[in-house]
Amino acid sequence: MPRGLDMVCTLTSGVLFGFGLAWSTMIRPESVLAFLTLQDLGLLLVLGSAVGVNLLVFQLLPRWRARSLLGNDFEQRPFALSRQSIFGGVLFGLGWGLCGVCPGPALAGVGAGLVAARFDLAWALLSILVGALLHGLWAGRSS
Amino acid sequence: MLESYFPHGMAPYLIGGLLIGAGVALLYVTTGRLGGASTFFSAAWSYLLQTSFFRQAALREGRNWRTIYALGMMLGGLLYAVAGLPLIETQLPVWKFIVGGLLIGFGARLGGGCTSGHGICGMASLSGGSFLMVCTFLGTAMATAMLVARLGV
Repeated sequence: MPRGLDMVCTLTSGVLFGFGLAWSTMIRPESVLAFLTLQDLGLLLVLGSAVGVNLLVFQLLPRWRARSLLGNDFEQRPFALSRQSIFGGVLFGLGWGLCGVCPGPALAGVGAGLVAARFDLAWALLSILVGALLHGLWAGRSS
Repeated sequence: MLESYFPHGMAPYLIGGLLIGAGVALLYVTTGRLGGASTFFSAAWSYLLQTSFFRQAALREGRNWRTIYALGMMLGGLLYAVAGLPLIETQLPVWKFIVGGLLIGFGARLGGGCTSGHGICGMASLSGGSFLMVCTFLGTAMATAMLVARLGV
């Protein structure tokens, strides 16, 4: 289990992320679909500003410090492009284009829906969980 | 001219994006972790399942912080709603969330990440592979959304 301060920082990061997703209207599937059909380019600004902040942080911070503030190593993304991962991207795109939800907004959207007892995005969240389960069972069989 | 591209203005998108970016940055600065969202959906199963895939170290080692991070994202959405900030409820039919969710869960895990993992962390790491993945899923999603809108389903 992450210890005290680590847990507080991780939770706070998630809260900022979820709050930002709600503020940017990305938890509303219609907003995302309006971007995907090029009626409102807002998502580009969301992605652009989020990437912009982190481009600076990811590129500069490891030059100044060997470790994070709490003493962990800076992670590298363990990703290797393959034909399979491209196929995964296509499947993800099909689902994203159909319902306008992706994993982050599904989480934040479920939280936001609790207040008005609206559970639309809970269906997406549960289905993403089942999809990830099916992937794990399938990947485990073929390896 | 700009108004036709941004009928709801630019401020909510820029402010929201900066908040999202601040969340990912805070996680990296304090813990060194890359805050993609989709790995949580596999890691969560590692608490329950004992198959070799779900026992792999990459899922087990990160599952606690990923769960806290995911709960934080839900809490962030909840706080936004509790604060009474503007929310418009969705009109999409449930079947789209179910079918879409299955494709998203399977595809994001097979593809090694989603909009936050590849889109934010990967691109901010200047990863060429992540950039190609973003082009792949964004292109597919645009074609899908346009087709669905055209068909009127």
